Amino acid sequence: MSLAQALEIASATDPGMVRSHNEDSIASDADTGLLVLADGMGGYNAGEVASGIATTVLTTELQQLLVQKPPHTIEQASGKAVAERILREQIAKANTSIYQAAQSQPQYAGMGTTLVVALFYDNKMAVAHIGDSRLYRLRGEVFEQITKDHSLLQEQIDSGLITKEQASQSANKNLVTRALGIDPAVEAEIHEYNTRVGDIYLLCSDGLCDMVSDEDIGMALQTLGANLPLCAQHLVQTANDNGGRDNVSVILVRVQREYRAPRGVLARLFGWLR
Amino acid sequence: MAKLILSMDGLVLKEFTLTKERTTIGRKPHNDIQIDNLAVSGEHAVIVTILNDSFLEDLGSTNGTLVNGQPVKKHFLQNNDMVELGKYKLKYISEAPAQSKAADFEKTMVLRPGAIKVPTAAPAMHAAPPAAAAAPAARAFPDTLPAAMGATTQQPAVRVPPPPPAAPQKTGALQILSGGNAGRELELTKPLTTLGKPGVQVAVITRRPQGYFITHVEGASLPVVNGKTLDAQAHPLHDHDVVELAGVKMEFFFKA
Repeated sequence: MSLAQALEIASATDPGMVRSHNEDSIASDADTGLLVLADGMGGYNAGEVASGIATTVLTTELQQLLVQKPPHTIEQASGKAVAERILREQIAKANTSIYQAAQSQPQYAGMGTTLVVALFYDNKMAVAHIGDSRLYRLRGEVFEQITKDHSLLQEQIDSGLITKEQASQSANKNLVTRALGIDPAVEAEIHEYNTRVGDIYLLCSDGLCDMVSDEDIGMALQTLGANLPLCAQHLVQTANDNGGRDNVSVILVRVQREYRAPRGVLARLFGWLR
Repeated sequence: MAKLILSMDGLVLKEFTLTKERTTIGRKPHNDIQIDNLAVSGEHAVIVTILNDSFLEDLGSTNGTLVNGQPVKKHFLQNNDMVELGKYKLKYISEAPAQSKAADFEKTMVLRPGAIKVPTAAPAMHAAPPAAAAAPAARAFPDTLPAAMGATTQQPAVRVPPPPPAAPQKTGALQILSGGNAGRELELTKPLTTLGKPGVQVAVITRRPQGYFITHVEGASLPVVNGKTLDAQAHPLHDHDVVELAGVKMEFFFKA
């Protein structure tokens, strides 16, 4: 079942005003309902290599797997949807690819990437993330952050050491506690959410949320939600107007209609014949 | 590295550099910063430093700790904060890592939990659930940043200086010239202002450091500025431009 009718997607990525190259990498596919955003790190161009491997491995592998097995199927063994398992497995695979490249080639040593992946299926969305790339949701009037960063700052907030307001002034914004490709194994945080028609989701790298307040991001989604490409462009522009100290990437997706997975023998046959 | 300047009655007594994860302040001699004065408690306060951030915590002192005149239990120290213990003052000066700031410090780096040793005891930080959270980072400086990250200390080939701070911008406004609301004025103070009817024709005016811009958002027809139909691109607005949208004419102007 193609989700191209149900999801409208727009994206933008920009090196920003200070950096000479873009270490972010984004990929999206409305057919399979897959969105991937990675923010690479590491010297010279190694960051781009890491984020590039992450998006390539995840999109190519997941697209194949999704054709073979519908992601909403509940698995006997775990009682969870197939989506979660394949996300976990393919993220592990991307991790290994980056880690091995970093081990074998000295110029890539120490490279890594943050990651946020959203996979839409059956009126639901599975979100996997590692590091400080985020997913936000605008539902009606409410704009909120769905993922929780794996960063030193977030840990400090959680432990009550500093407040969210103070966090915006902290000098430790750039320290993540989890990243893809740094260690032989990594654990992605994966959750499943129900989606509603009209929801707008935003995947972004820290280049956006460090430069633009959540309030302004929410306002942009609310006022420009009717025109997603313009909204994506506006977000990048705002980050650059505010200094653009880092690469900025955004992927926006709006749920246009329901996309319940076909069930029952006939539906399955129909889906199979198509 | 941040430092504290101890003074009393405007007389500078001593300077301390915050090199340690925990810098204790008190009357007793075992403190890192000893202030031998009866108004100061034996163990009065502690400053916990995590990389470039320092947090001040009062350890339940008898006479309390003030920061910029306000009593505090716990405080996230900002440059030039004035900490007061009795008659003594400690000025907090945080020296931003100057040149590295723009270039490489903001680069994202990984703190690997495995590489971080949890301090054996993390007393005093009452609000912080022990271990895992903030404490490990405290003993961070060089060794938690993976060696391989050394590469990030390279200067990028191109360094564009950050754009100069925007000059105080004049506020723009729209005066409606035709239709039912003719004569009304709309101040454009928000970063984004939408105009028109959703579903029919909507345009947005964005307020940017460079000025005001109008952009088409949705609808079959495009906005018209000074008689010319716009394309899908953002169009800068100048003083006294006339905008036509959904059959309504309005004039853009800068408020004096």
